[in-house]
Amino acid sequence: MNNILTVSPSPHIHGKESVQKIMRDVVIALMPAFFASVFYFGLGAIIVTVTSVASCLLFEYLIQRFFFRKPITITDGSALVTGLLLAFNLPSNIPVFIVVIGSFISIAVAKMTFGGLGNNPFNPALVGRVFMLISFPVQMTSWPVPKGLATGYADAVTGATPLAIVKEGLKNGESISQLVGNLPSPARMFLGDMGGSLGEVAAVALLIGFAYLLIRKVITWHIPVAVTGSIAIFAAILWLSNPEKFADPMFHLLAGGVLLGAIFMATDYVTSPMVPLSMLIYGCGIGIITVLIRVWGSYPEGVSFAILIMNAFVPLMNANIKPKRFGEEMKNG
Amino acid sequence: MKTFPSGGVHPPENKLTAEVPIEVLPVPEKVVIPVSQHIGTPAVPVVEKGDKVRTGQLIARGNGFMSTNIHSSVSGTVSKIESVLDGTGFRQTAVFIDVAGDDWAETIDRDQKVNRECNLSKEEIVGKCYECGIVGLGGAAFPSHVKLTVPEGKKCEVLIINGVECEPYLTSDHRLMLEKGEEILAGVSVLMKALGVTKAMIGIENNKLNAISHLTEISRSFTGITVHPLKVKYPQGAEKQLIRALTGREVPSGHLPIDVGVVVQNIATAFAVYEAVQKNKPLFERVVTVTGKDVTRPGNYLVRTGTSLLKLIDAAGGRPESTGKVVNGGPMMGKAISNMDIPVVKGMSGIVVLPENESLRNAAMPCIRCSKCISVCPMNLEPYLLAALSEKSMFDKAAGERITDCMECGSCSFTCPANRPLLDYIRLGKSTAMKMAREKK
Repeated sequence: MNNILTVSPSPHIHGKESVQKIMRDVVIALMPAFFASVFYFGLGAIIVTVTSVASCLLFEYLIQRFFFRKPITITDGSALVTGLLLAFNLPSNIPVFIVVIGSFISIAVAKMTFGGLGNNPFNPALVGRVFMLISFPVQMTSWPVPKGLATGYADAVTGATPLAIVKEGLKNGESISQLVGNLPSPARMFLGDMGGSLGEVAAVALLIGFAYLLIRKVITWHIPVAVTGSIAIFAAILWLSNPEKFADPMFHLLAGGVLLGAIFMATDYVTSPMVPLSMLIYGCGIGIITVLIRVWGSYPEGVSFAILIMNAFVPLMNANIKPKRFGEEMKNG
Repeated sequence: MKTFPSGGVHPPENKLTAEVPIEVLPVPEKVVIPVSQHIGTPAVPVVEKGDKVRTGQLIARGNGFMSTNIHSSVSGTVSKIESVLDGTGFRQTAVFIDVAGDDWAETIDRDQKVNRECNLSKEEIVGKCYECGIVGLGGAAFPSHVKLTVPEGKKCEVLIINGVECEPYLTSDHRLMLEKGEEILAGVSVLMKALGVTKAMIGIENNKLNAISHLTEISRSFTGITVHPLKVKYPQGAEKQLIRALTGREVPSGHLPIDVGVVVQNIATAFAVYEAVQKNKPLFERVVTVTGKDVTRPGNYLVRTGTSLLKLIDAAGGRPESTGKVVNGGPMMGKAISNMDIPVVKGMSGIVVLPENESLRNAAMPCIRCSKCISVCPMNLEPYLLAALSEKSMFDKAAGERITDCMECGSCSFTCPANRPLLDYIRLGKSTAMKMAREKK
């Protein structure tokens, strides 16, 4: 019998939660959107996703092995999630070498330079994506047209995204009612049958993932609801003021990366605030900036920029917005 | 169902001994009775080597108001008075007694008939509690006469009896409620009289349905006592959380329950008060749960204080082969002990034997800022921040973030997906912040 007893401070039991389990749940929640992207974009979606995940894992491994010289922790699942999210933000026909460069920026620059998991102020996948958008604007904005289980990759037929159609049309003096004919119907947009980044198109798949994350208590409702709610309200005000000049709120919610951003990118633990009130403010900030960029900015889409901008405010919010403490004031029943 | 407003966790309950009746542990051959089994000044021994003592005889007298009496739990001869290692890991004076027979002091009424009528005055009841060495039996061992003495200018409006027993594994209060229900309620009536209140609320977690219905049934023949089921959520039995759940009153930071007109006593304390006031029996034995997944005879044992833990474990089938850790108290807030040869004391509610594979912590990872620690903190603090500030020795800032409000329930460490030792660091920061505050005064 082992006569030496272990002595440690309480608590002496631990719950079932672990970082690996959380990351596994996020990966599971991303799967419906991945299957939808394979359905719409075929082989290209698989090539881009596999490249992105593999290179993210590889760069994290290399940096930990040769620079940090500490135990390798790529099995914690965080690089896998970054890889998936980066791929989801890319067109399915983008050249492989650009994906590798983007992965390098995500992992090496946005994550590991700050010390790795838990220390990065900005969402790594979005830093990578925005770097690619600025460095390779042509490749990053040529969107393959959805074609059931396509086998083409670089030679895919491309077209504009709904957001780009609206932006271009309005710039050329056309009104929304004239543009409607060129846009997919809300039902088609809900199912994901439109041009766009490979993981962002299928609202239905993303919402299934959202439900899973809520059930598994990986995230709370605050950030996704604040993002989509503020976009809906802001867009509705504009639309009601002039329906010919501004798209309707439903269009804003279903087009582009709003749902992918609100559910999977803005809720990234490391780069989002800690208390519910801050989460609501942060989410509303993302929603408002997204609409500002979409309506008045030069880019048709602004979710990535909006999330990165609000990431910068997170430390400020964490330092100044506190939960209401128990016993802060006397309560007499 | 009533509960506290936010935070809390639900660890596996593991109440293995809920159905096991209380078993009287035979009187051991010798006992070691520490003179400090309570918070406050240690008692002063009043016996010497060679003295003959009887069961229930005073052997150490309370030293001042923040102290209490200690009695012999056996009859026999004092063999020595020496320092001994107690359950908390500190050395302290103890009276060693070699047992001969079991000869009780004649002042103790050993009749089992329940005596509900109490004709003593407030002061007499409080005096009896001191005389009989009654302390809070929920674990903290705070002298009961101090709690029952309402400070000048304050008024107690309601007495709360804590029958929550929210720690996993422990069942001693549960069994006591089932087997000594009438005595407990008679004790509650005595406590109400001592505090001058007409209302007492007994809070019981909803996983003890038989205890709830049993006490509700008996409470019909008492006036002013009500029984309230509470949601099964840890730490429902924490004093401030229990008060909030039952009355809606929130004890402000840095204040005591009496500041909102409440006094809280534990179920086992109410029973001890009954025995002291109505039967003149000093506190020298208590029910201790001995449990663990690999313990062969887990149970609830009525044990004399001073009995070696080794005896108690033997009664429960011996220490299992797989033992990795032995916890004095529940697994959430109890203390791991390094030495099994320690005496049972008044504040010991249970012994949990954890197997080796549950004894070690998983390796800590970096904080991923998931904010789960904030959502489980029943005091609505930010454990990740308090731990980080303590780790960096920024104790002033930690005090500003109200680190001293932490009651060390362990919900944050229990939940942390990155296995961070949050509470370890918070304890360090809390004790340093309290020390700094004392020095400033």
